[in-house]
Amino acid sequence: MALAEFVDATTEKKQTTEAVLELQEVSVLYSGKAAVKKVSCTIWRNRITAIIGPSGCGKSTLLRSLNRMNDFVDGVTIEGQILFAGQNLYGEAVDPVEVRRRIGMVFQKPNPFPKSIYNNISWGPSINGYSGSMDELVERSLQQAALWEEVKDRLQESALNLSGGQQQRLCIARALAMEPQVLLMDEPCSALDPISTAHIEDLMFELQSRYTMVIVTHNMQQAARVSDYTAFMEMGNLIEFGETDQIFTRPEKKRTEEYVTGRFG
Amino acid sequence: MAFLSENAQKHLANRHRKSRLFALLCAIVTWSSVFLLGVLLVRITLDGIGWLNWNFLTSFPSRFPAQAGIKSALAGTLWLIVMIAFISIPVGVSAALYLEEFSKRGRLDTLIEVNIANLSGVPSIVYGILGLAIFVRFFGLERSLISGALTMSLLIVPVIIIASREAIKTVPMSIRYAALSLGATRWQTTWSHVLPSAFPGIMTGVILALSRAIGETAPLILIGAASYVAFLPKGPMDSFTALPIQIYGWASRPQAEFSELAAAGILVLLAVLLLMNATAIFIRNKTEKRLK
Repeated sequence: MALAEFVDATTEKKQTTEAVLELQEVSVLYSGKAAVKKVSCTIWRNRITAIIGPSGCGKSTLLRSLNRMNDFVDGVTIEGQILFAGQNLYGEAVDPVEVRRRIGMVFQKPNPFPKSIYNNISWGPSINGYSGSMDELVERSLQQAALWEEVKDRLQESALNLSGGQQQRLCIARALAMEPQVLLMDEPCSALDPISTAHIEDLMFELQSRYTMVIVTHNMQQAARVSDYTAFMEMGNLIEFGETDQIFTRPEKKRTEEYVTGRFG
Repeated sequence: MAFLSENAQKHLANRHRKSRLFALLCAIVTWSSVFLLGVLLVRITLDGIGWLNWNFLTSFPSRFPAQAGIKSALAGTLWLIVMIAFISIPVGVSAALYLEEFSKRGRLDTLIEVNIANLSGVPSIVYGILGLAIFVRFFGLERSLISGALTMSLLIVPVIIIASREAIKTVPMSIRYAALSLGATRWQTTWSHVLPSAFPGIMTGVILALSRAIGETAPLILIGAASYVAFLPKGPMDSFTALPIQIYGWASRPQAEFSELAAAGILVLLAVLLLMNATAIFIRNKTEKRLK
């Protein structure tokens, strides 16, 4: 019976997917040099997609092009289309500020504002004209990020007094407070110890029912543990994209197999 | 030690000797300049301290040394500080923010940058000539406080821009990215995060620039600050004198009493400068603590 339930759950999970982001031949060029070359894939709703690959393969660059954070890099150009709710993120009529409001981001190194814990959460919603109860939103966001119990008695203290793992969960809470449709995570655990990493991974499982997540990671075990889909990139090319199970157990490409079995990278 | 061969030991000893010699040289140079400053301070204090009393601070200048005071010059300097601050801080900090946060680094921006760097090296008397031609004559502002303040602002705006840019550069990019990724505009990011983080550094630069301005004499002489003023300025359009002018006036007189008055004036000027620098350090420490 337990097995039947499990099978039901997984088939149901697969059936309810719908595309949130569609990448169509996306290339990212730095001063004419391609860092990402004609990548096409689909990011599914309420799924975790991992992007793996060796250093410098363009995975972070690709991630940052999904919420137009590459706009701040001098000399960057994007080719191809990224469809979000049917609209090209790089279309003429699209305001990048609006894009970033709806597609949140968590960075490699925890980067809380040098302000209080409370203000770290409340700043984003307040500049975007949030009109509900700010106290409730702060509590809800911190609870979603599994940080509430640890900080509820010191919300007015500086966020910089928190540990690295707590800071990263605060950054996740800060992004969640904007109620984004997609949450992008750029190696969110690379600066953290194993226990904090486990915290963040548990958190990603919890958040999966409400958010679509894309995570860039160096750590293949992490990709295998947390993600539903995996994209393997090398030298700017998307070598293989598929369900995580398949990528790690029956990869189609030889290069993918060599990477996931640790023969290089 | 037995780790090294005899030859290598000799070589190492030689390197240590050079290192000690250089440290000694640096210490001598440092202390000799401190010593010179000390001698200067002691002499001025000995000359001026006898004249420094409440009467000196609250009397207008006079032909008779015993009745002469520094009231109008001190008032003029305080007026100038406030007016220069109001003019130069907004202009200088805005320019720095534009160059660091908003400009696209085109050719025009490079031209502006090079010019600012050059302007900060122009001798102050040249600014005096400029002030005389533009503010006093062309705009018809006469020999007033506002002419002086505008001229001095020209002088220190490049310094404020350069110091503010350095302070803004030290704000980590990750803070900007954090704000921008929450759907903030450039301006919201700058106003709420970049500016507060850079504030202590900007304040330090501003106060140092203001300190330079109140010690300047040449531009004020050129735009015509009077050396004998027996009234207090009531508004920005009034004529004025300032501490360095008054000191210069007294120092150029033949009588010994006046040169002692000049020394007392220098002490007052130094006190104002020290007070400003202390304020800067106080503000910086306070804001730095709040940010950490």
